[in-house]
Amino acid sequence: MAADPSAEIATGVPTRASSSSPPPQRIEHSATGDILFGWLTRTVAAFTFIVLAAIIVSLIVASWPTISKFGLPFLWSSNWDPPAEQFGALVSIWGTIVTSIIALVIAVPLSFGIALFLTELSPKWLKRPLGVMIELLAAVPSIVYGMWGLLVFAPIFSQYIQPLLSNTLGHVPLLGELFSGPPLGIGLLAAGIILAFMIIPFIAAVMRDVFDTTPAMLKESAYGVGGTTWEVVWNVVLPYTKGGVIGGIMLGLGRALGETMAVTFVIGNTNAFQGISLFNPGNSITSLLANEFAEASPGLHTSALMELGLVLFVITFFVLSGAKVMLARMGKAEGKK
Amino acid sequence: MNTAPATYDAALRSRRALINKIALTLSLVAMAIGIAALVWILFDVIRFSVGALSTTLFTQDTPAPGSAGGLRNAIVGSFLMVGLATLIGTPIGVLAGIYLAEYGARSKLADGTRFVNDILLSAPSIVLGLFVYAVFVIRTGGFSGWAGVIVLALLMVPVIVRTTENMLLLIPNTLREAAYALGCDKWKVIMYITLRAARAGVVTGILLAVARIAGETAPLLFTALSNQFFSTNMSEPMANLPVTIFKFALSPYPDWVSLAWAGVFLITLGVLALNILARVFFHDDQKR
Repeated sequence: MAADPSAEIATGVPTRASSSSPPPQRIEHSATGDILFGWLTRTVAAFTFIVLAAIIVSLIVASWPTISKFGLPFLWSSNWDPPAEQFGALVSIWGTIVTSIIALVIAVPLSFGIALFLTELSPKWLKRPLGVMIELLAAVPSIVYGMWGLLVFAPIFSQYIQPLLSNTLGHVPLLGELFSGPPLGIGLLAAGIILAFMIIPFIAAVMRDVFDTTPAMLKESAYGVGGTTWEVVWNVVLPYTKGGVIGGIMLGLGRALGETMAVTFVIGNTNAFQGISLFNPGNSITSLLANEFAEASPGLHTSALMELGLVLFVITFFVLSGAKVMLARMGKAEGKK
Repeated sequence: MNTAPATYDAALRSRRALINKIALTLSLVAMAIGIAALVWILFDVIRFSVGALSTTLFTQDTPAPGSAGGLRNAIVGSFLMVGLATLIGTPIGVLAGIYLAEYGARSKLADGTRFVNDILLSAPSIVLGLFVYAVFVIRTGGFSGWAGVIVLALLMVPVIVRTTENMLLLIPNTLREAAYALGCDKWKVIMYITLRAARAGVVTGILLAVARIAGETAPLLFTALSNQFFSTNMSEPMANLPVTIFKFALSPYPDWVSLAWAGVFLITLGVLALNILARVFFHDDQKR
């Protein structure tokens, strides 16, 4: 391997070529240019670390007044009252988590179906156009989802879908509690549904890509012993790509947690906790920030909003790191083959 | 299949076939739902905006409630901020991508950079808005176009880093070796050979990054804010399409809501066109 020039190029170790034949003054010239350029790219790469560190430090500094005043109970107090300078994050954390869970419950099976269709069922000529159309769902800006969700989806939702849900699921014991209350259209459930469509492309794209990494021989063996398409996907492809699939789902979760505009339009924006029904309006961390930040008075109010941003960043950081680790493990297993 | 085993079970077989059929039908339904959602949204965007589209959109500024107007200031502001952000974000992203592909390889710094970059790629954009507010807006004394440019550039960089690295890695090593064999310096090999060979892919990444930031709303709320009037002063709050849409869409005035639909139409058209352009561009180049 040591003699392989491609390894030298790839690792950035200076090649021997520069130390032997060319005339002396050219070596000097080239060395300076190379060193400068190398350091320039390295510095710029290190810049990403600086940004990450600066985000965390600046958010901690900016939220210090509330961190020191309220401490950890900030996270589970539900009292958000700016005029009284009382701040608790529970309602918005609840909204963020509930909407993200709703989004995952809807998006994961749909994404799985889409990935299954694209990898196993679709005729070859349709794969690309259909794949691009699903990717375009991710390209539509979040504000478009928001406006559409508020002005088109919410009225339809309150008129047809919510009554349907409360007449069916609403009568199931325990579960029924989640689907009770007046059909307002906007609320946690509507926000979760809109979010689901925004994260489907991310999850479906990862699932499709990892499904495609399953060795053909593995699948053919399963078909060879008489497995149906569904059995092959469920018992062979899915276990083989488990890590990647979980990584993709966590990537989608990370997106859902941080999504702002679509949620702000349809979640209803109230800071009062009104019970566990998913029909209730609520607030997420992001929608609270979008609604209150520009008008917040400097001091505790701004600081509390900054702390919410910090909480959100920390949660998404861990979720995305988890996704990254799962996907990296998947890539490594693939490399070993 | 003629010699059925002793344990052949016709009922089991038909049940398996049925499960398979149901599962595959559901998969088809899932695909249909995904496509239907896209078509439905695009159809409604066109349906609601078609009445509001006119040339006054580009010649008049955002109006006071109840009077006629357009979106000129918002369109100009968006173009200005996205353009400047692209000018700042592109070199940073491309250089960091070059480092990862050509210098860093599997070194600690490179692996760390990849990890952090992927986190920033998916991190909530609203948090980046808060960050720029805390380090820039407070210090410079208020919301400004420059603050918007900074946050948009920060959002672009991870996309460009990712695509630049991937595209450079696609270039065969024999090409680099041929250039080295001619006595080329490493930086010249990168700038004149590999980067040039990967040009289409890198441009695709930049186009996708522009598409990503063009519709960003949340971070601009804390940085550029908005401006009711026409302004090209980057040190003042600056009008832009996304925040204007946000403000107008939630207002009770029908004029404003229809202007918001027109804005949504322009943004969706622009972003989808960029996405399709990027894909066609890259696809054609791959085929060549």
